[in-house]
Amino acid sequence: MRHGKYPFIIGFLAVPVALYVTFVVAAYLQTFYLSVHQWSGLGPMKYVGFDNFVKIWDDELFWKSIWHHGYLLIALPLVTIAIALFFAFLLNVGGGMKGGTTIGVRGSGFYRVVFFFPQLLALAIVAVIFGRVFASDKSGMLNGLMPDSWAPWLFLADKRWAMTCIVVVLIWQAVGFYVVLFSAGMGAIEHEIYEAAALDGATKFTLFFKITLPLLWNTIQVGWVYLGIAAFDAFALVNIMSVDRGGPDGATSVLAMMIYRNTFDYSQAGYASAIGVVLFFLTLTFAALTLRVTRREAV
Amino acid sequence: MSDITTSELDRRTLLRRAAAVGFASVPAVGMLSACVGGGEEDTTEQATGTKSAENPLGIDPKTGIEVIIFDGGLGTKYATDVDIPLYNKKWPESKVTYSATQEVSTVVQPRLNAGDAPDMINNSGSKLMDFGAVVNAGQAQDLTELFAAPSWDIAGKTVADTLVPGAIEQGTYNGKPYAVNYAYTVFGLWYNKALFTKNNWTVPTTWADFTALCDKIKAAGIVPFGYAGANASYYMVRAIMTSAGKIGTEQVLKDIDNLKPGAWKNDAVLKAAEAWAEIGKKYIDKSFLGLKHTEVQLRQNQDKLAFYPCGSWLENEQAKDTPSGFEYSIAPYPSVTTSDQLPAPALNAAAGEIYFVASKGKNPRGGMEYLRGMLSKEAALEFTKLTKSLTVVAGAADGQTISPGLTSANEAVGKAGKDIFMGYLFDTWYKKLDDESRIAANDLMFSDYNAQKFCDRMETAAQKVAADSSVTKFTRS
Repeated sequence: MRHGKYPFIIGFLAVPVALYVTFVVAAYLQTFYLSVHQWSGLGPMKYVGFDNFVKIWDDELFWKSIWHHGYLLIALPLVTIAIALFFAFLLNVGGGMKGGTTIGVRGSGFYRVVFFFPQLLALAIVAVIFGRVFASDKSGMLNGLMPDSWAPWLFLADKRWAMTCIVVVLIWQAVGFYVVLFSAGMGAIEHEIYEAAALDGATKFTLFFKITLPLLWNTIQVGWVYLGIAAFDAFALVNIMSVDRGGPDGATSVLAMMIYRNTFDYSQAGYASAIGVVLFFLTLTFAALTLRVTRREAV
Repeated sequence: MSDITTSELDRRTLLRRAAAVGFASVPAVGMLSACVGGGEEDTTEQATGTKSAENPLGIDPKTGIEVIIFDGGLGTKYATDVDIPLYNKKWPESKVTYSATQEVSTVVQPRLNAGDAPDMINNSGSKLMDFGAVVNAGQAQDLTELFAAPSWDIAGKTVADTLVPGAIEQGTYNGKPYAVNYAYTVFGLWYNKALFTKNNWTVPTTWADFTALCDKIKAAGIVPFGYAGANASYYMVRAIMTSAGKIGTEQVLKDIDNLKPGAWKNDAVLKAAEAWAEIGKKYIDKSFLGLKHTEVQLRQNQDKLAFYPCGSWLENEQAKDTPSGFEYSIAPYPSVTTSDQLPAPALNAAAGEIYFVASKGKNPRGGMEYLRGMLSKEAALEFTKLTKSLTVVAGAADGQTISPGLTSANEAVGKAGKDIFMGYLFDTWYKKLDDESRIAANDLMFSDYNAQKFCDRMETAAQKVAADSSVTKFTRS
């Protein structure tokens, strides 16, 4: 059967590779090609070299968007991972020892399912729901909860807080997935280790920091990369929730939104592609950096 | 014009669109490739026939046409029940292939690029194609012949003769007409006539009257003026621009459209912005910045908001939510100063809703003939009845009582007489400048009330567009 190995492997790989090349690699190559052209999306293209990138450098909105991604990049993984770890720990180890194994807090089976709910909702629906939660008048959920005498909070219509509202929603949606991810990681940690530590009189606090966290490091690292990449997106939420799509006054602008608007609203497909290329390299750099920085010898 | 169209985004469409966006959200970089392709080299054979009195455009009676209609606030009934039967009555052997879409650019743009263009396209909706780019790519048919052809049902006149002033100009790019802007929209301050009569409020004509009335309205516990900042700030841009036009004539707006240096710093623009900033500071409900147009319009229907700046599509758009006894009525924007160049009844009214013929389709002559049918008096009247929107066919709806808002708009047009101006085109020509104006208007009305900053900011943005070689420029005179 040995002589049939390669046809067998090729037969399996041909379709996925073809799909990947057509819909991912080819699309990227076209984007790179477009990024050095001036093109309206219709009609002929004109080669302009690096002009589009020079324009990006001078674009205030671009720097604003980069700033927002920076904010997302710090807030989103940090808060999400912290909350998810806390919940996962409670669900798996928080209940203490019973019959030689660690167990979660009471009702953890139920919470496990509940935490995962947000993940099941399409992002677009989440955005519409939170658009109502954050509505700037009394019809909004949060404003409705406040006393009548208070002036309504503007939330998304307030330049200072609009981006934070978006971050909150992203975190709300992401936490459930990472709870499950970390729970799985914690499940893989040997019970004996906890047992030994508990016998030595370790508190839950020590258990978490000295045992769970180090042994979960690889999983957290993966989560960090995922969330970091998600921080370079945020398109759907911004498009649906924000005032004037990326406003007020660019306060929620993100690169994907700029790409979309330049392509479809401003007929600047070349420029949009250049932003796409920048985004591509940003994401790539981020992933490479994180994996390098968080690399750690096995415990 | 995009004004008519974005407004038609009702909540359901929003949800549907939101869902679509969700799917598209992940591969943001790759999506650009969806629109690659030149579309220069196609040589589709185009159908022609012999010209005659019966067939002034020389169509081939046996070749079919394909029409694509935007399925939005105007509905599609006017096409399926009026225009297509009208066309088929005259040309029974020319089969009309009809389809409707809510996403014109997604459906049509790839077909234009692929050289498989439909013949007549209704370019509208929030996903309309950038029409300047379509013209520039040579994809739109020059409609000079259509406008010179005899009218479908008004004897002795050409199509051009039957239209309101400015109708052709609206679709003219660098001297040639490429689009029929079919719907005729009147812009102004909308209010509930019943509410005003009940409270003995008279419609203001001067700015002093306007602010005095706003004080009274505020005292009555009603928000005097408001618009939706989240997605309808361009209604406010139009209000500011109209005031600027009334202060210093349409020339002010023409200079702005032509990207003339200093156009935005014109004293008329500054005065208009100052006057409106005061309204924003004193009379707007701050939470409107975060609301969508339908939410604010609903407030007006509930008599919680007195004046709303909008176009004449408003009444039809709100038809489902308007309680009985609510009577839509329109008032021209009050004069800002006592030395305004245009009188108080002067109005901004413009043709909108683009219908164009693809130049590289299979049957552009058939497409033009279809448009000639649409521009008949018969089709225009039916359109107005079905959509409660006036058309560019002059006087087609005269003597008809269709609805209070429409009657009011028709009357306002009559009162304004020669002082009707088409307004501005920079919003359709330069989308980026349009966006900047929306942001600047929101800032002016909701957060910093700084007229000078508004002018400076717009001037900078306009000059940036002027200096950008990648943006195709247009001019008007």
